Amino acid sequence: MSLYIFYFLAFVAVLSALMVVFSRNPVYSVLYLVITFFSVGGHYLLLSAEFLFAVHIIVYAGAIMVLFLYVIMLMNLNNESEAPKKTPYQFAAVISGGLLMMVLVGAVRGAEQAQVGLGADPTIGTVKTLGNMLFNEFLLPFEVVSVLLLAAMVGAVMLGKNPLRARRYTPKTTTRTGADDQEKDVTIENVKQLTNE
Amino acid sequence: MVMDVIVGLVPLAPLAGFLLIGLLNKQLRPWLASLVACGSVLISFLLSIVLFFGMGEQQSFTFTAFEWIAAGDFAVSFSFLVDPLSILMMLIITGVGFLIHVYSTGYMKGDEGYNRFFAYLNLFIFFMLLLVMGANYLLMFVGWEGVGLCSYLLIGFWFKNTEYNNAAKKAFIMNRIGDVGLILGVIMILIHFGSLSYPEVFAQAGDIDSGVITAITLLLFVGAIGKSAQIPLYTWLPDAMAGPTPVSALIHAATMVTAGIYMIARNNLLYTLAPLALDIVAVVGVATALFAATIAILQNDIKKVLAYSTVSQLGLMFLALGVGAYTTGIFHMTTHAFFKALLFLGAGSVIHAMSGDQDIRNMGGLRKYLPITFATFLIGTLAIGGLPPFAGFFSKDEILASTFVNSPVLWIVALVASLLTAFYMFRLFFLTFSGQSRASEEVKGHLHESPTSMTFPLIALAILSAIGGFIGIPSVFGGGHALNNFLAPVFAASHEVAGAHHLDHSTELILMGVVVGLTLITIYFAYNLYVKKGSVPAPESAERTGLVRLIYNKYYVDELYEKVVTQPLNFLSRVTDTVVERLMIDQLVNGTGKLVTWGGRTLRLIQTGNTGFYVFAMVISIIILFVVKTLI
Amino acid sequence: MNDSVSQMIQQVPLNHYIWLSAALFVIGVLGVLYRRNAIVIFMCIELMLNAVNLLMVAFAAFHGNAAGQVFVFFVMAVAAAEVAVGLAILIVIYHNTGSTDINVLNKLKW
Repeated sequence: MSLYIFYFLAFVAVLSALMVVFSRNPVYSVLYLVITFFSVGGHYLLLSAEFLFAVHIIVYAGAIMVLFLYVIMLMNLNNESEAPKKTPYQFAAVISGGLLMMVLVGAVRGAEQAQVGLGADPTIGTVKTLGNMLFNEFLLPFEVVSVLLLAAMVGAVMLGKNPLRARRYTPKTTTRTGADDQEKDVTIENVKQLTNE
Repeated sequence: MVMDVIVGLVPLAPLAGFLLIGLLNKQLRPWLASLVACGSVLISFLLSIVLFFGMGEQQSFTFTAFEWIAAGDFAVSFSFLVDPLSILMMLIITGVGFLIHVYSTGYMKGDEGYNRFFAYLNLFIFFMLLLVMGANYLLMFVGWEGVGLCSYLLIGFWFKNTEYNNAAKKAFIMNRIGDVGLILGVIMILIHFGSLSYPEVFAQAGDIDSGVITAITLLLFVGAIGKSAQIPLYTWLPDAMAGPTPVSALIHAATMVTAGIYMIARNNLLYTLAPLALDIVAVVGVATALFAATIAILQNDIKKVLAYSTVSQLGLMFLALGVGAYTTGIFHMTTHAFFKALLFLGAGSVIHAMSGDQDIRNMGGLRKYLPITFATFLIGTLAIGGLPPFAGFFSKDEILASTFVNSPVLWIVALVASLLTAFYMFRLFFLTFSGQSRASEEVKGHLHESPTSMTFPLIALAILSAIGGFIGIPSVFGGGHALNNFLAPVFAASHEVAGAHHLDHSTELILMGVVVGLTLITIYFAYNLYVKKGSVPAPESAERTGLVRLIYNKYYVDELYEKVVTQPLNFLSRVTDTVVERLMIDQLVNGTGKLVTWGGRTLRLIQTGNTGFYVFAMVISIIILFVVKTLI
Repeated sequence: MNDSVSQMIQQVPLNHYIWLSAALFVIGVLGVLYRRNAIVIFMCIELMLNAVNLLMVAFAAFHGNAAGQVFVFFVMAVAAAEVAVGLAILIVIYHNTGSTDINVLNKLKW
């Protein structure tokens, strides 16, 4: 029975992954990717990784995909403005992908048909177990990851900052009149104008 | 111990002189340079005299300065051999060399390369001393090459003239052609005797197969042919007159060209053991003597006549060596050094007075303008003509006597050569000094006797030419032949093997009389032609036919060499350049560079800057790595 | 419930997970090579990361060792950080060149 669930989830995952790759519209790709994430999350449940399932959905489907959608919206990528690659390149891509598949499958061909469950412990996916491991064996990576996230935040903010906006602010003179204030409001209409100046 | 130091100093003094003058060339005043140069040679001369008297009971000793080469089995030391032969050579080299140095101070005065000249002269003396003092073949070879180098430097001394440079190159190259034979001979000596030092080689000489010794001696003689200007490698010597006259006197009359004579004399034991080689030496010598003498009778340049005369006299020396009369050869070499140097220096004096003109057709009547030169030149001419009691008479007569014992045919040829010698030398003398002056008015105005620095050596050499023969008074006159006794230890081994030939006294006296008589007749004939009748040789542009034309153009030997040797070599060189060098080697070398450039140009196309391409390359690489991993 | 879940898991061979993960990974690679839009390429990278995560969780269940899941945890954190910074860069590029086509970014060449 679980085998059927597995096959179903696997099928959904592969299908939506293919659709991610081959959709014209980027927004469609995002949506298909969300479906893929959900199916992979389902696999996690099957493998008794409940906590990971939750985190997976929250982080990936909830945060990362939303980020992608924002960016797509920002860039107005609704229209299919992307010209496809030239045909030979497409072929090359598909063939190399196929080759890679063959190689990967061939690499594990000889391995025996292993049955999951040698000493399968259903509690390994619980918050308690994971928390234990995180704070005992993997304490250092845990702390370092927090620093990593800080760095990512700082980086993202810095990169996203409008460099010209800072220059537009001129220091106030001693006599303050309304005309001296050079700051202009940044709105959707004049953002292009402001950034190009 | 003291002797060792003295022996070491003899070649060291001129070397020091060379280094001093050579390195401080521009800073030295001319008088200082000439003082250093003459002083160093004088020191060597005085030390040689000390050695001569200090030898005493010892017949020879070797002084080793240092171990020079030690490579496995092969070891050569830098050692000097002092024995009668080398002492004699040292005395001649340093003595005559010193006189020529003094002469040069006057002759080269005002020349812009004055210091350089003396540096080269000193270097030459050094190398020549190495040549004669070396105790092994290798050191002799070093000196051999060194004097060749100095000859090149000095012939081309006035290097701004291309003709002189060509003459210098010709001299050096022809020397080197002979040196091939010399080197091969030395290598064969090393292979068969296992050593290069004289005593060891001569000790083993009796045990070696005579075919090998013949080959060795012939190869060594090839070297002598080149250095001492015998047929066929003689054409460089007349051209070498392009150098300053002191150079001609020192190198091409008294010392360098005698290196071949010295070498054969030194190897007398080997030559005695190879009679075939000796015969060849004699034949080549006498042929050269005759050949050069015939050319000299029609030459009109004062120095060229003397050059051909040198070639001829060297031929006579080789003839003497070739008939086994080693002492005679050395004797003639000694006397020849005196009177030939004298003649050359006198010619230099004449040229100096004639403001550089060397053509005897423009001279004449110089007797009243250059009295000292006239007198000394006369003595020199008498000496070379072979008239008693001058030096040349004793030595030349001995050669003729020894040749007669060996083979009358050779004697006749040698006699003809001697008579021709007397003829052309007196022709030269009469045309230069007698009669009326044929020079232009301008030149006549400058005619003056040379300064003392030039006349003093002339006088000294004249005295030597006059009395120098007395060191070898033969027994027929009751003399003890001092030279023979002096050099006896050097040639003792040869005389043991070959046995000495002796002429009985009456035959010798008859021969002597015949020779002197014929010589006097020849001189009278020349006097008649050039003084009584006052005939002057025809100018350059005159028509000459037949034999006269052939001889006047020196038998076209130079042209022959040009056609047969030079042009094919040039052609070969051109072919090698265009085919081998340009098409093959250049293509190969340039091709490597082009290959690298092409490779770089092609490889950089991988860097397209296109991110998609890079990812693609990464994926392919991963695939390849996986495949490799699973296959291996 | 837990027992039945674990029983269910025991019926799925590990190889199936390996092949599924390989398939997802290859599809991700295909997407990176096939598309020109930078955002879609990013998404395919996320796909590849997910494939790897899946494999690690499978092995964690196979060995009964929770370290696999902890690793997945960290991978997710890093993926989030990477997406944030990557998209920020992408926006800057879009402002400068006006397009998200990766072929436009080809200046680092000979």
